[in-house]
Amino acid sequence: MIRVLLHRWPGLAGLLLVTLLAVSGAALSVYPAIERLASPQAAGGLSVGDLAARVQAEYPGVEQIRGAPSGRITAWWFQDGTPGAAVIDPATGQGVAPVDASPAERWLVNLHRQLFAGDTGRLVMATGAGVMLLLCASGAVLIARRMGGWRRWFGRTRGRLAARLHVEMARIAVAGLALSALTALWMTASTFGLLPDQARAPLFPATTSGQTGIAPNHIAALADLPVAALRDLSFPDPTDPTDAFTLKTDRGAGYLDQGTGEVLAWTDAQTLSRVTETFTMLHTGRGAAVIGLVLGLMALSVPALAVSGFALWLAGWRARPRIRRNASASRAETVIFVGSEAGSTWGFAATLHRALSEAGQSVHVAPMTAFDPARYRAAKRLLILAATYGDGMAPASAKGFIERLEHAPALSGVPVAVLGFGDHSFPAFCAFADEVAQLLTAKGWTELLPPDAVDRQSPRDFARWGRALGRTLGLELELVHQPVQPATEALTLVSRRDYGAQVQAPTAILRFALPRAGFWQRLTRRGFAQFQAGDLLAVLPEGAPGVAPMPRLYSLASGSRDGFVEIVVRKQPGGLCSGQLVALEPGSTIRAFIRPNPGFHSGHGRAPLILIGAGTGIGPLAGMIRANRRARPVHLFFGLRARDSDFFFAEELAGWQRDGRLARLTTATSRGPRPYYVQDALRHEAAEVLAMIRSGARIMVCGGRAMAEGVTAALTDILAPAGLTPAVLKAEGRYVEDVF
Amino acid sequence: MKSAIAAFALTSALVAPGLAAARPVTFTTTLNNYGGDGAYLALYLTDASGAYAGTLWMAGGKSKYYDSLAGWYRATGGDPAQIDGITGASVGAGRTLEITLDLADALFDAGYVLHVDAAVEDMRDSPDDVAVPLTTQGAGKTTQGRRYVASLKYDM
Repeated sequence: MIRVLLHRWPGLAGLLLVTLLAVSGAALSVYPAIERLASPQAAGGLSVGDLAARVQAEYPGVEQIRGAPSGRITAWWFQDGTPGAAVIDPATGQGVAPVDASPAERWLVNLHRQLFAGDTGRLVMATGAGVMLLLCASGAVLIARRMGGWRRWFGRTRGRLAARLHVEMARIAVAGLALSALTALWMTASTFGLLPDQARAPLFPATTSGQTGIAPNHIAALADLPVAALRDLSFPDPTDPTDAFTLKTDRGAGYLDQGTGEVLAWTDAQTLSRVTETFTMLHTGRGAAVIGLVLGLMALSVPALAVSGFALWLAGWRARPRIRRNASASRAETVIFVGSEAGSTWGFAATLHRALSEAGQSVHVAPMTAFDPARYRAAKRLLILAATYGDGMAPASAKGFIERLEHAPALSGVPVAVLGFGDHSFPAFCAFADEVAQLLTAKGWTELLPPDAVDRQSPRDFARWGRALGRTLGLELELVHQPVQPATEALTLVSRRDYGAQVQAPTAILRFALPRAGFWQRLTRRGFAQFQAGDLLAVLPEGAPGVAPMPRLYSLASGSRDGFVEIVVRKQPGGLCSGQLVALEPGSTIRAFIRPNPGFHSGHGRAPLILIGAGTGIGPLAGMIRANRRARPVHLFFGLRARDSDFFFAEELAGWQRDGRLARLTTATSRGPRPYYVQDALRHEAAEVLAMIRSGARIMVCGGRAMAEGVTAALTDILAPAGLTPAVLKAEGRYVEDVF
Repeated sequence: MKSAIAAFALTSALVAPGLAAARPVTFTTTLNNYGGDGAYLALYLTDASGAYAGTLWMAGGKSKYYDSLAGWYRATGGDPAQIDGITGASVGAGRTLEITLDLADALFDAGYVLHVDAAVEDMRDSPDDVAVPLTTQGAGKTTQGRRYVASLKYDM
């Protein structure tokens, strides 16, 4: 609600206007600093009386002296029939520089203040400031929600890059932007006379002494007045004894007799007009050049906020539901509910809808907010795809779901599966999905599948859940979620190494030639131009003509810098794609594209790596070791069936140990009289593992689900003495999994 | 070009029925290119004794700046009633303000002086940028201002 109504739409609507305001404001913030540096400053003790006398001595026809909050003194005079003006050095009373503002500054002021369009422009720009203020307020609430409270304002940011950048910049700049916007609105209101803050000069005195000729430095009111307080001193017409000095200071305005120097009339500035003066100083930086520069710097974040905010919206918009042929709620066998905040979960739902529909199911997709069990008369199962927002809250399209669920009776014979979408780096990973699953159980709903989770939109996690769903439905369900399917490339097999025949698990390490990346791909570092071990290769199997095949995902065991594309493929019983791949001969081609998987990159840095893999899960880990040219300490735990059958990469691993890319290799073989798994090997080397974790090691796990669960259990025991848990490491991004 | 015809709002003594003969007078004020934002201009009259007699026109809509028109402000105390219905937009550098008013004949050749006070944001104030007596002889002749006003003339 806040996100969409008070932040997204105003942000998109005001994007250009607010950016224009901020950029022009940032440019203008430089001028007060320049003016401050370029203006000779008055000595601390100098009085306005002495200053006026000095100026009058230099320019006998002086008519007006103005003091700016920046300390700049300007004088205007009329001598020998011609007007003159100069910036004055208070020490001498002499002019040192011309007065006029630079045309560039005037142009910028005109743009910033009124778009060159007078009062209409002022109102447009004030609207922009209002939008800015609204964005600041709603954005601050959103940051607090995202970070898990106002006290964690400066906590670690998590999530997607664009979102992180947006939050990191905003939480620093928001105070400055809000101040600029608020003062802008105040100043506009003041300009249009909407505030009772007019600093009115008092009425001109009806009588004067009738004398003339007092020297300014003999006027008591001026002799006591420091130059810093001066705003304006207008000299009287010496030929008109009824005229008087007009004095404006930071405290008020009044008239001084030109014969006696007596104060003829005086009005103190009202509180509101002082507020206006202070706000103007803060907004323009005139008189507060440093604050002005700081605000200007903060304003520079606005274009970046606009771009990242726009990117976030665009990503959500692209992933918006494109559900074609959505079955009606009352006729569908399968009903899918979506709880999505930014929209990405809708994309997953669309993929699921399409796959199930192609398998002949009738499927209805709806937001969780529309949950109404009475309508699903034909339903055989419900599938709930639920993201979590911030600290475990319901996402936008699931608001009120918990209440609806609590008040609805469970449908008998309609089992439910819950799939959570989240980010392991958030402490409350999939907390909302967990809450939903627990409430379903409590309300007596039957469970179709055990609750599962998709971490950081991992295509692997989603595909794995899809297969599990397919098994319970008796379908082969391949879910490859790709918001926009990229163009595929033809990959030519250059070599293959075969393993596993002895253990009835034919497996091959397939190496393909790296296709030439196009200019655009190289520029954007997309596709085959830029990938690394841990990313995924999406392979399109050959299918019946005319049927769009669903791609299958394989972890890459190489990076683009290696100059080849390598994957490890085990033939699945009845598997369409793996069967085709394992049967591939050198020289033949497949069609594939790169699916980035940034959550499973080894990352930079010198912290040790603990790599844990079993079976074909060794692939990406081997690729990371191959890329470890800087000899970062790596300890590989490798689970295999038998050393003589499926010890993938055996020769390379030995070589990498020799040249320092791999510090330590521990293998665990499961076939034999005493089965020994990687989790057993971990427990056996618990002390070393714990020592590495204490020195900052990162754990990366790749393999089947059972292995990953066994590893988590083993690590739970190993970490306990240190007061750590796998969940803590996951939240810190130091424990990542690629599980299939 | 600014053009306006407004009811003349001089003090009632000057528009008394006995002096009711009036004629349209066009005041043309051209500003020079002083290189700043739009100027606020106050056109007003003083009588033979130098006392304020009335305002002809106020160019500039925001009353918070009126005290920069020092002569006019001094004479009126910023009284909004003085400019009710005779207020227009500020006049840009190099632009011309043209106003046409029905003025009583009695205002001419009677010691009345037309004053123009001018003020521009971030530039100096210029009270009495122009001060020119109202005479039938002076009609059609241009007068140069001191700072912002390049020329002023009135035609009958």
